[in-house]
Amino acid sequence: MEHVPVQNVATPSAVGARPGGSEPDHPQIGPLVKAPARAPAPQIIGARGLAKTYPNGQAVFAGVDLDIRADQRVALIGSNGAGKSTLLKCLIGLLPSTSGEITTLGERFLAAPTGAQLTRLRRQIGFVFQNHGLVGRQSVLTNVIQGKLGLKGSWRAWHHALARQEWREEAMAVLAEVRLADKADARADQLSGGQAQRVAIARALIRRPKLLIADEPAASLDPAVGRDIMRIFSELAGEHGITLVYTTHDMQHALDYSDRIVALKDGRVHFDRPTARVSPRDMEGVFHG
Amino acid sequence: MASTTSPDTASPAIARTLPPPRLPSISPISFTLIVVVAALFLASMGQVAPSPEKLANGLPRMAELVGRMLPPNTDPGFLQRMGWRILETLQIALVGTVFGVIISLPMGWLTARGISPLGALRHFPRALVSLFRTVPDLVWALLFVSTLGIGAVAGTMTIVVDTVGFCGRFFAEAMEEADKKPQEALHAIGANRVTVLCGAILPDVMPTLINSSLFALEKAVRSSVVLGLVGAGGIGQELKVAFDLFQYRNASAIILAIFVIVLAMEFLTDRLRAKFQ
Repeated sequence: MEHVPVQNVATPSAVGARPGGSEPDHPQIGPLVKAPARAPAPQIIGARGLAKTYPNGQAVFAGVDLDIRADQRVALIGSNGAGKSTLLKCLIGLLPSTSGEITTLGERFLAAPTGAQLTRLRRQIGFVFQNHGLVGRQSVLTNVIQGKLGLKGSWRAWHHALARQEWREEAMAVLAEVRLADKADARADQLSGGQAQRVAIARALIRRPKLLIADEPAASLDPAVGRDIMRIFSELAGEHGITLVYTTHDMQHALDYSDRIVALKDGRVHFDRPTARVSPRDMEGVFHG
Repeated sequence: MASTTSPDTASPAIARTLPPPRLPSISPISFTLIVVVAALFLASMGQVAPSPEKLANGLPRMAELVGRMLPPNTDPGFLQRMGWRILETLQIALVGTVFGVIISLPMGWLTARGISPLGALRHFPRALVSLFRTVPDLVWALLFVSTLGIGAVAGTMTIVVDTVGFCGRFFAEAMEEADKKPQEALHAIGANRVTVLCGAILPDVMPTLINSSLFALEKAVRSSVVLGLVGAGGIGQELKVAFDLFQYRNASAIILAIFVIVLAMEFLTDRLRAKFQ
C-alpha cells in the first residue's frame, strides 16, 4: 500500500469560503520574515490497524490506516464487494469493527462506540444513502426537517407542521441550496431519482454536520444526474466547510469531485493519495488490475 | 419427473423433451390427509346438515312467519323508538371503533416483529391481541353485561375489545411490511423508536391503517346490531323484544332498518377507502 499523508489539500474555493479558515493573514509582516508553519487541519477520522470480519469468518478488510482531516473531500473507491460501505460504517460507529482503533470527530473507540459516543457522533454527522431513504408519503419539507431528528429537543421534527418556525425556514434555505425550494410541498414519492437525492442532501445539510458521509450517492442515477448530484455535494461541502467522505465505484466521480482518493482492493488499502496524483492507470488497477 | 427424453422420439440431432405430467404428484401424507378430511365432512353432514324432509317441513312455517311480518310496522311512535335505538347502535359502533383503533396503534407497534421495543417480550401483547380476536364478540358481550350491567356501555366495551383484536393484528402486519429504507435513514441519524414510528412508519402505512379502521367500523356496525340480543344495547335489544313478544311486524321493520344501516355503512366505507388509497 502506498500512503501519502494529505493535509489541507481542499480546493481553494472550499477552504477560502470557510470563515476562520487556517490560512494565516499577516499583511503587516514583510516578505523577509519567515511565515510560521501552517498548522495541520484538525483530524476528523483516524483509524489504525482496522479490520473487519463477518461472523461467518469472511474477512472484509484488514490493516486499514486512515487519517482524514477537516475540509477534505475523500473518495473511497473499490469494486463491488470491496468493503467500502462496511469501512465507512465502521468509521462512524454504525458497524462494529473486529480489531483496530478509530478516532472520529474526537471520539476514540475500539470495535464500536459506546451509546453516549454514538449519540455525540450522530449529532455531528450527515448521512446520504444510495437509496436516499426518504419517507415517500411525506412532503419534501417534512423529509428535510426530519434531518433534525436525533439532535437535542428534536422530537417535533417528525412533521413540518409541528416543527419550530426557525427549522422550517432553515429547511427552506437548504432546499433553495439544492434548487428544490419550489418542491417543498410535493410528496417525496413524486420526485425523480435526482430530485430525491437532492432532498436527501438537504436533509443531511440541515443538521449542520462537521462530517458528511455519502454511500454511493450517485449509483442509481443516470450519468448526467449523477454528475449533477456529485457537483452539488462537492460545492456545498466546500461552501459549508464540511468534510466529505463518499464511496463510489465510478472512477470519474472520484477523480472530479475529491481532493483525495482511498482505494480498497482485496481487503487492503491499495493506495491513498491526493487526487491530483492519481492517474487513470492507477484507477484501472483498482478495478481490473 | 420434470423433463425426460423419450428414447423412441429422440433423434441424435434434436433431443425432444417430454412435457411435465398433467397433474402434480401427491405424497402419501397429503393423500391420507385428503381422505381424512373427506371422511370427517361426510360424517358431519349426517349429524348437522338439514335433511330434505326437514327443509320441506320448515318452508311452510317460514312462509307463515313472513306473512305475519308483513307489512312492517310504520307506527310513528314505534319508528321514533327504533330511530333512537339505531342511533344508539351507531354510537356504540363509532365510539367503540375509535377507542379500539386508538388502542390498536400502540398494540400494533408493541407486537410488530423487528419494530417492537419489547424484543422477545412482544409475544405477551401479541397473545393478548390474539385472545381479543379469537373469543367471539357475543361472548365478550356476555362478559361485559355480567360485569358492567345491561346497556350500551357493555356493547361499546365489546366493540373496543373486538376492534383491538382485529386492528391490533393488521396494524402490526402493516408496520412489519413498512419500507425499511426511511427507517434505517432515520435510525442512522439517531432518531429514537418513537420518532421513527411517527416520522417514517406511520406515514408509510397510513393507507393500510385507514383501510383496516374502516373495515373495523363496518364490522362494528354489524356486531353492534346483534349485541343487543344478549343485552348489550342497540337495535338488537329491540329485535329481541319484538321476537319475544311475537311482534313480528315490529321485527320486520327492525330487520329492514338493519339492512339499510349495514348497506349504507358499506357504501360509505367503500367510498372512504377509495379516497384514501
